[in-house]
Amino acid sequence: MSKKELTCIVCPNGCQLEAMLENSDSGSLQITEITGHLCEKGPEWAEQELTHPVRTVISNILVESGDLPLVSVRTDAPVPRNMIFDVMKEIKAAKTKAPVAIGQILIKHPAGTGCNIIATKNVRNV
Amino acid sequence: MNTIKHDVVVIGGGPAGLAAAIAARKSGCKDVLLIERDKRLGGILNQCIHDGFGLHKFDEALTGPEYAQRFIDEFNSLGIDSMLSTIVLSVDGKRNLYVSSRKSLTRIEAGSVILSMGCRERTAGAISLPGTRPAGIYTAGAAQNFINLQNIMVGKKVVILGSGDIGMIMARRMTLEGAKVEAVFEILPYPSGLARNIQQCLNDYDIPLYLSTSVIEIHGKERVTGVTVAGTDKNFKPIPGTERHVPCDTILLSVGLIPENELTRGAGVQMEARTGGAGVDDTFMTGVPGIFSCGNVLHVHDLVDHVSDEASLVGEYAVRYLDGEIKPPESYIKIEPQQGVRYVLPQKVSGMRDFTLSLRVTTPSRDRAVWVKDGDRKVARKKMIRLHPAEMIRINIKKEKLQGAKVLEVSVE
Ligand SMILES: Cc1cc2nc3c(=O)[nH]c(=O)nc-3n(C[C@H](O)[C@H](O)[C@H](O)COP(=O)(O)OP(=O)(O)OC[C@H]3O[C@@H](n4cnc5c(N)ncnc54)[C@H](O)[C@@H]3O)c2cc1C
Ligand code: SF4
Repeated sequence: MSKKELTCIVCPNGCQLEAMLENSDSGSLQITEITGHLCEKGPEWAEQELTHPVRTVISNILVESGDLPLVSVRTDAPVPRNMIFDVMKEIKAAKTKAPVAIGQILIKHPAGTGCNIIATKNVRNV
Repeated sequence: MNTIKHDVVVIGGGPAGLAAAIAARKSGCKDVLLIERDKRLGGILNQCIHDGFGLHKFDEALTGPEYAQRFIDEFNSLGIDSMLSTIVLSVDGKRNLYVSSRKSLTRIEAGSVILSMGCRERTAGAISLPGTRPAGIYTAGAAQNFINLQNIMVGKKVVILGSGDIGMIMARRMTLEGAKVEAVFEILPYPSGLARNIQQCLNDYDIPLYLSTSVIEIHGKERVTGVTVAGTDKNFKPIPGTERHVPCDTILLSVGLIPENELTRGAGVQMEARTGGAGVDDTFMTGVPGIFSCGNVLHVHDLVDHVSDEASLVGEYAVRYLDGEIKPPESYIKIEPQQGVRYVLPQKVSGMRDFTLSLRVTTPSRDRAVWVKDGDRKVARKKMIRLHPAEMIRINIKKEKLQGAKVLEVSVE
């Protein structure tokens, strides 16, 4: 049995969670108990974090002839944490043209993930 | 100079100004004007491209620009007037505003004024950094503006002074952009930003955070070449023998925000040293009749959701003032911060209406309660599992509880 401490990042409370882990017969890790959460999203998040950590990737994409040189973007779903830099590579290589509208898909399935890169800002054409 | 008149004039088009203008319009005032010096509405949120905004209000983790757009859309759909690329130069105690746009200078006579100018960052001068002043030293927010709005990268090898949220968020941003963030140094024994940002902005990218550590010298002539840091004792004095050199080409400062109150002072409004903002009552009216304040210019908020909620109330009160429904009471009930409390807001209340008390504690602690007392009588009590100076605490108080009170004392016990 082992203990793992982690911070829930779902909301600004940032609860310090403690997970008790046990090696199951098949060799995989089993979570036996999670404590320290103020709400039920905590254990759910801890389970995800310990088995398959994911993050939303946030950045900017270059815009041509816009009222801003960049449009802010994010993944429309969290991606595996170890894919963050692969997704960033595609974001950095991308370019788009104004106008751009909030929610517009700018890159489909970056780095083979199931998510899309969407705009989080309106950029007008100038 | 031409003179115009408006019922409610809002200064600043960030989340506070937007919510206040929307609420004023919805409270029945048809003549609301919002003035913003930038060419876009949204305020500082335009550069805060990370997510985590709106969890309380919308139950969604929006990015800053997405959060702002919800309010901009509502503002536009209500047809509220705005003047963009226009700066308010001064306000006087009779609610005359002098505003300057590229074309002209205008005097505006306002029925009521809502101050929502936001805050700015503490700079190297404000915290008296030792050593030379080479290029490569930025506040975290200035770096955020360069990188996220202007597409200008500020450096390759970065150290961050101060563990404020904006600094941590920029540590991640710069790492994703290919910079190497060496470390975050915090002089206090505890981080000043949120735990979730330590996890998702520092730990995720193996960026170390050193507490009780301070920069004792900055090196470099033209451009920063490194810093010397040292561990600090209880009195924030460097401990001899703990000095070490950290090479870097860029220093980001994340050492806190200061409300931007030049206009407020100019109007003759009495200020509060503890918040750096105006002193206000339970309608958010300052000491000058008809001048209200909300958002980060009033006190620095950690959550934009609270900014919007506070500003919505203020928009409504500014209209009720015009309608003659809000008058200062014969005497106010004072609210005083006591043991463990850094500030309270409002600082005085009429006792005629329910209100929300906002406060911050002085130091982190666990399993305490915040008490609001009138002498020995309990007015309110809020149990808290965790208290932290970085997290604003809000307590709703009913007017029935205020009968006969003269002074409310707020403490952590
Ligand atoms: C650099 C920085 C980064 C931040 N990052 C975060 C974050 O990541 N997460 C978070 O929750 N909070 C963050 N904050 C706090 C954030 O400011 C608040 O959550 C919120 O944006 C405050 O809203 P506001 O409307 O009070 O101020 P602001 O958003 O600052 O808006 C004030 C507006 O007033 C305008 N203005 C000022 N003076 C004048 C004048 N004289 N005439 C005309 N217009 C004027 C300004 O141009 C600005 O648009 C950050 C603050 C700063 C300074
Ligand atoms: S456990 Fe719940 S309350 Fe605590 S940080 Fe996670 S989501 Fe927020």
